[in-house]
Amino acid sequence: MSWALFLGCTVPVRNLNYEAAVRKTAAGLGLELADLPGFGCCGFPLKSLSSEQALVLTVRNLALAQADGRDVVAVCSACAATLSEAEHVMSRDPDLAARVNERLAEIGLSYRGGVKVRHYTRLIHEEIGPERIREAVVRPLDGGRFAPHYGCHYLKPAEAMDHFDSPEDPRSLTVLIEALGAEAVEYPGLKDCCGGGVLGTDEDLAQRMAFGKLERIDQMGLTGLVVICPFCNVMFEGQQKTMAKKFGSKIKVPLFFYPQLLGLALGFTPEELGFKHNRIKDKDFLKAFEPAKG
Amino acid sequence: MSDIDLDRADPGFKHEVARRRGAEGIKRCYACGACSARCPVGELNPDFDPRRLIRLVVLGLRDEVLSSPLLWVCSTCYTCQETCPEGVDFTEVLFVLKNMAVEAGCFPPTLGAQVELLKNHGRLYEITDFENEKRAELGLPPLDERPDDFLALLKDFQPETKGDA
Repeated sequence: MSWALFLGCTVPVRNLNYEAAVRKTAAGLGLELADLPGFGCCGFPLKSLSSEQALVLTVRNLALAQADGRDVVAVCSACAATLSEAEHVMSRDPDLAARVNERLAEIGLSYRGGVKVRHYTRLIHEEIGPERIREAVVRPLDGGRFAPHYGCHYLKPAEAMDHFDSPEDPRSLTVLIEALGAEAVEYPGLKDCCGGGVLGTDEDLAQRMAFGKLERIDQMGLTGLVVICPFCNVMFEGQQKTMAKKFGSKIKVPLFFYPQLLGLALGFTPEELGFKHNRIKDKDFLKAFEPAKG
Repeated sequence: MSDIDLDRADPGFKHEVARRRGAEGIKRCYACGACSARCPVGELNPDFDPRRLIRLVVLGLRDEVLSSPLLWVCSTCYTCQETCPEGVDFTEVLFVLKNMAVEAGCFPPTLGAQVELLKNHGRLYEITDFENEKRAELGLPPLDERPDDFLALLKDFQPETKGDA
């Protein structure tokens, strides 16, 4: 089986480590990912301005995947939710679907409905599952203690995501971390939003939303925080030093994209998984995964 | 926030909002406040109060709602809508209100810049040789831009802001 890889705008420019780790781990697990040259913005950035205009851009991507005969796997949670919602809406509102298709006809596309959209983490959870991951691990992350951060758009709106995991008690990322031989730690505020959605309109508010979680995790002395979305990464890694300075704190919380952890456990090197692009990392932890010298 | 002046109320406003996709459930709100209790933005900025915004819509205070800067600080975490016992999709209600504010010319100017980026590049970030060289260093395939589709689909879309929000 093969999936169309939807990278979105941010990951292929700002998070090359995440993209590299997705491609390596997919290959390692036998999941075939195809690049579709026509994919563009998922439409989410325009939803505040005009939901229907945004929907046209979203469905354009679904139509391209359909023409290619593939379901979609997205790596950004905002893209995954936007594409999933669009498929949900198009299959339930024929009048709206007709209006959207009328617009898409201008560029020679149409969408019949039925393309399944999943986040890469959900795909691994559903297509491979923790048991088979455990069997594929060659270098267990023994002793690693990680805080999973699910983020919001990975799980919600739950209806558009087929309720694949519970927004109240999410488990999918937790069990995938545990399958690597590491500990996935429950912590207060596990479900809290990163604040990334308001970074553009109220930077101070966004920073206060993100900082509380980082401070709690720092106090717990964990190996790191595990994210699966570029916007959560912007808040927790990109903004971390700025926030520490602003709030007069000395926190240091290393960030990992889940596929980077998975990749280490599958035997890929930190270099192959793009760790040089990680801005806040624990070099001692990574040392154990470097190839033997000489 | 100022006192509520019902002489300025437009009783048709709630129906206008409820006719839009995503906001259909707004008239079912019985003001239990579950949305506000769990809102992570409201926890840090008490002025942002989903229940109060719904009341303002139901009372018909169109101008107060559509010109409010509070419409733009929702983080879209969807907690309110997963929590609501009456199935009011408040995150979606807010998107409807933001869309109506845009039609009235009230929105943060930075959002307009995103429209221009999409028209020019089909993406939020321009792809140049620099980006593709960095990608090649990690063995990632080159990206291209297909702005033609976006230009065609967005050619008539030019929201203009009065800059109030």
